[in-house]
Amino acid sequence: MTTTHCPYCALQCAMRLEPGTDGRLTVRPAPFPTNRGGLCRKGWTSAEVLTVPDRLTRPLLRKDRGSDLVETDWDTALDHVAERLLSLRAESGPDSVAVFGGGGLTNEKSYTLGKFARLALATSQIDYNGRFCMSSAAAAGTRAFGLDRGMPFPLTDVAEAEVVVLAGANPAETMPPMMGHLSAPALIVIDPRRSATAQVALDQGGLHLAPRPGTDLALALGLLHAARVGGWCDDEFVGERTTGFDAAWEHAAAWWPERTEQVTGVPASGIRAAADLLGRAARNRSAYVLTGRGTEQHAKGTDTVSAWINLALALGLPGRRGSGYGCVTGQGNGQGGREHGQKADQLPGYRRIDDPRARDHVAGVWGVDPGALPGPGRSAFELLDALGTPDGPRALLLFGSNPVVSAPHTARVRARLDSLDLLVAADFVLSETAATADVVLPVAQWAEETGTMTNLEGRVLRRARATAPPDGVWTDLEVLSALAVRLGQPAQRFPTDPDTVLSELGRASAGGAADYSGVTPQRLDDGQALYWPVRTPTESTPRLFLDSFAHPDGRARLVPVAHRPPAETTDPDYPLVATTGRLMGHYQSGAQTRRVAELDGAEPEAYVEVHPDTAARAGLAAGARARVTSRRGHTDARVRLVPTARLDTVFLPFHFAGDQSANNLTHPALDPTSRMPEFKVSAVRLEPAPPVLSSRGTPDPADTPTPGGIS
Amino acid sequence: MNTVQGAPPRRVVVVGNGMVGARFAEEAARLDPDGERVRVSVVGTEHHPAYNRVLLSGVLAGDYTPEQIRLPALGGPGVTVRTGVAATALDTRRRTVTLDDGSRLPYDELVLATGARAALPPIPGVRAPDEGPGEGVSALRDLEDCQRLLALARPGAPVVVLGGGVLGLEAARGLVARGMRVSLVESSPWIMRRQIDQGAARVLAASYAALGVDVHSWRVAARWIPGTGLELDDGRVLPGDALVVTAGVRANTELASEAGIVVDRGVVVDDRLATSDARVHAIGDCAQHPGGGAGLVQPGWEQAAVLAGRLTGTAPHATYTGARPLTRLKAEGIELTAFGRVHEDEDAQDLETVTISDPHGGRYAKLSVCEEKVVGAVLLGFPEAAATLSQLYDTGAPVPSDRLALLQGLPTAAPEPQEAGEALVCRCNAVSRNDIEQAWLDGARTREAIADRTRATTGCGGCVRDVRALLSGMQGTPVG
Repeated sequence: MTTTHCPYCALQCAMRLEPGTDGRLTVRPAPFPTNRGGLCRKGWTSAEVLTVPDRLTRPLLRKDRGSDLVETDWDTALDHVAERLLSLRAESGPDSVAVFGGGGLTNEKSYTLGKFARLALATSQIDYNGRFCMSSAAAAGTRAFGLDRGMPFPLTDVAEAEVVVLAGANPAETMPPMMGHLSAPALIVIDPRRSATAQVALDQGGLHLAPRPGTDLALALGLLHAARVGGWCDDEFVGERTTGFDAAWEHAAAWWPERTEQVTGVPASGIRAAADLLGRAARNRSAYVLTGRGTEQHAKGTDTVSAWINLALALGLPGRRGSGYGCVTGQGNGQGGREHGQKADQLPGYRRIDDPRARDHVAGVWGVDPGALPGPGRSAFELLDALGTPDGPRALLLFGSNPVVSAPHTARVRARLDSLDLLVAADFVLSETAATADVVLPVAQWAEETGTMTNLEGRVLRRARATAPPDGVWTDLEVLSALAVRLGQPAQRFPTDPDTVLSELGRASAGGAADYSGVTPQRLDDGQALYWPVRTPTESTPRLFLDSFAHPDGRARLVPVAHRPPAETTDPDYPLVATTGRLMGHYQSGAQTRRVAELDGAEPEAYVEVHPDTAARAGLAAGARARVTSRRGHTDARVRLVPTARLDTVFLPFHFAGDQSANNLTHPALDPTSRMPEFKVSAVRLEPAPPVLSSRGTPDPADTPTPGGIS
Repeated sequence: MNTVQGAPPRRVVVVGNGMVGARFAEEAARLDPDGERVRVSVVGTEHHPAYNRVLLSGVLAGDYTPEQIRLPALGGPGVTVRTGVAATALDTRRRTVTLDDGSRLPYDELVLATGARAALPPIPGVRAPDEGPGEGVSALRDLEDCQRLLALARPGAPVVVLGGGVLGLEAARGLVARGMRVSLVESSPWIMRRQIDQGAARVLAASYAALGVDVHSWRVAARWIPGTGLELDDGRVLPGDALVVTAGVRANTELASEAGIVVDRGVVVDDRLATSDARVHAIGDCAQHPGGGAGLVQPGWEQAAVLAGRLTGTAPHATYTGARPLTRLKAEGIELTAFGRVHEDEDAQDLETVTISDPHGGRYAKLSVCEEKVVGAVLLGFPEAAATLSQLYDTGAPVPSDRLALLQGLPTAAPEPQEAGEALVCRCNAVSRNDIEQAWLDGARTREAIADRTRATTGCGGCVRDVRALLSGMQGTPVG
């Protein structure tokens, strides 16, 4: 039996893996502070992905874009990749090769991927899908506190609060065991939808505020306004531990509740009620403000999170035990993945790549000249959008990501990928993106290798190996090492043993913001709770900022932020707002969960949530197939009628691919600071989908609406 | 971009440092952060930095200090602000503005944002011979008015508000919150005559009466007697240490009209916000656009944004095409929203009207629908519906079919029954009651055993109580 953590989200629930009678691993929940012995249906069924029938066990190669992928051996595949990379580099320079990583990769892989890009490829062109996840919260947290650790406190602290604000977070759907920590506090849920979490809030006597998508920033300013008028601000805290209140207030002053109501659609009375509920708990130093993707995934996501942090600071919440601000990180290693160098502007230890001292330190650990390290490269969407363009990369190496489904404006991303000279994907199944690659490398999954993950609290966890990978499958570290050697790197520079990498990662991160130098396999195996920074063999930091914030003067910053409209507003041709989100049974692009029979059976296809009136006007009944169209593409989805929906908003889960991909609709406008795309607001129209013709040319009977709708 | 490389920035003079003039300068600085396209000079007569006039009734009510309603300080290399200076003359031929300190400001483009002033009705004692307010009389238009009134705001002291429009009602609410004894006089047949119908006014007046405000509609003031009160046309005298006049405003158009610019009730502007002189623009309460909007801040801010785009050259073809004015009363404990066509007969052609009157609950709603679109509403005490309907009005989206549910803020009833699937006890793991009963039959007798067999309770944990209840039901005895 092996105790480890779930392969999916950042809650990183503990689980026990044990071979069943058929030799396959079975999953049982295990006690752990974040999941308290719980698991959601994704976790329960996670071991099935290890043995899916279309698991890749041999490298695949296509000779040219016109031919099919055919199985080959590792040497042929890796030689081909190395040869193509070297020749592209000789022709067009090192930046002609790009790397795209993922927030699901272990710390060791994230670190090695960044090192591989900078040393073996000498390219500046590396970024990762975490840009599409927590980047706005990370940017806002850094500018407010001087440091970004999603939750700068253990999750268990939240359970003791009187009030918890969940702005754009839906844990009842996306990380159900987290709700175990939210059963006592009154919840204030900010979500355009009556989400499962919003319903829990109402059932527990809390509040649900449903702003029009794209207006969360105005709502946060309105709440600060109402909180101040209500007399709830902590002037002493603001005076002693922060700067910037007056300038931030001048913007919030323009958002009196009645005006905020006009823009957000949230009743002024609801804004006041929320401010009072939160303010009263804040006075008892017993309140948290947590943000999630709903409020962060906007082209103004950074400013929006700043507005939530401003509210928390004005009420005196952060930097005190029993209260605070946190981001509910989503991807399994969304936290660690953003710390160790797979970001375009970053070196290990959450260091900046343009900081000469950081470059000196990391180059020293790597045994290279600091001048040999490239500078900052393009951010995720900009990188994808540059592929195959005259100044852009001509080759892309993809690890732990499926951007054809998860990036915004999929038609554009697909066209850019198609224009590459070489696309290499390391994956364990033929994901939608891998299917378009020239070379596909079969790699190991979570239970087949060891490594460390950093959960949503900034706690470093041990992921244990429970079984051997299938024959023919390599680990990502083995792939990177073998490629590096073929590209002329010494083998010892790219170790394949995760613990060796962890130890080097510790040295590389030493002295940085996210310092892992005191993390050892022994401490992890002993079950020590290691929250970074872990600078010594005994240190752990469960709670940050209790004495001072991480800016040189020790004070947190309120950042003056103003509301602005979304990148695209509705008009007569595109009169509705489409917003996207997650389902309990699926994870990210769905490449894993859509292959699990139980999960696929429960949610086999894309759907669109629509208010009954909005659907009726579009000529759509429950269960009908709808076409949702934006200026960038369309998504076909089953209609679900939701009487609590906003009349002006439709919702689509983004876990489905092809014609069902919600990201066919989404807008690639980027946040000026975090480079987060405008995922949550697209102007769309809604109409019946054209009939799907059966092989006989008649409408497919499965295409007609089920009487009474689908459940 | 539209500026000629190397051309010097255009000189833009803004007359008026109120909410709209200051917003114009803020927008210009945002669109032209380095001051390369325009140099903006703002002149304002008040000595204060710009502040949020909309919240003055909140200052009166004690919700804000004067410092808290200050507008963001204007900054940027392209913007200068001069307070305490009045523009006295405009020379459109030489393109200069003369200030009361004797200096002259040359401009390439002029923006009039001179706002409006309180109208003092010609009632003996209310208007002094010099046209200013009489003794004990104050408007509620600027911070000084506000501070003057606050100096009088002793708990228990009587005060009269003359004018039962939005500002008068907000002022009355603020003064009563300060503990004053407030009477309110409105010469129209009912309060907020322009914005709401009589039925709503009746309920609103009752709500005010319950708060302690003595409302006198359709009563004309005869004279103000300082130290005593306001005498009405029926001879009654309403006691008042002070009289707050909220009887409308008059646009400040003198600078424009004396310069020969076309002026009607305000300075007449077109969709480009240009006056009859193409170099002179007007925005906010001093401007008169065919599409309306004067008297409300949101249209003024929209005009400021449009004009800033035009004059910086960042949006040279932007236009302002009018407002859909919406009234939202800011009065503690009273939720009132009104907009559009609310005065027409209920049997007016093509108009469909829903009316709810609940005097006991202090609630009233009137919804006017034309061709499936909201064309007007009065909503008193319906906060959820007000938020939804004002957005429907703003976007022109169709109104839901279940009007009553809409007014009550309830979800629309689904038009057809959704298929009654097997009810889940544990939603996280899709475990039904049947599954749990089967597990019990298979020998599971504790919550843990049920969890082990079915996964129920292992997700969010919200169903623990339900599972325990099922168990105890099946066993006939309480289960721990």
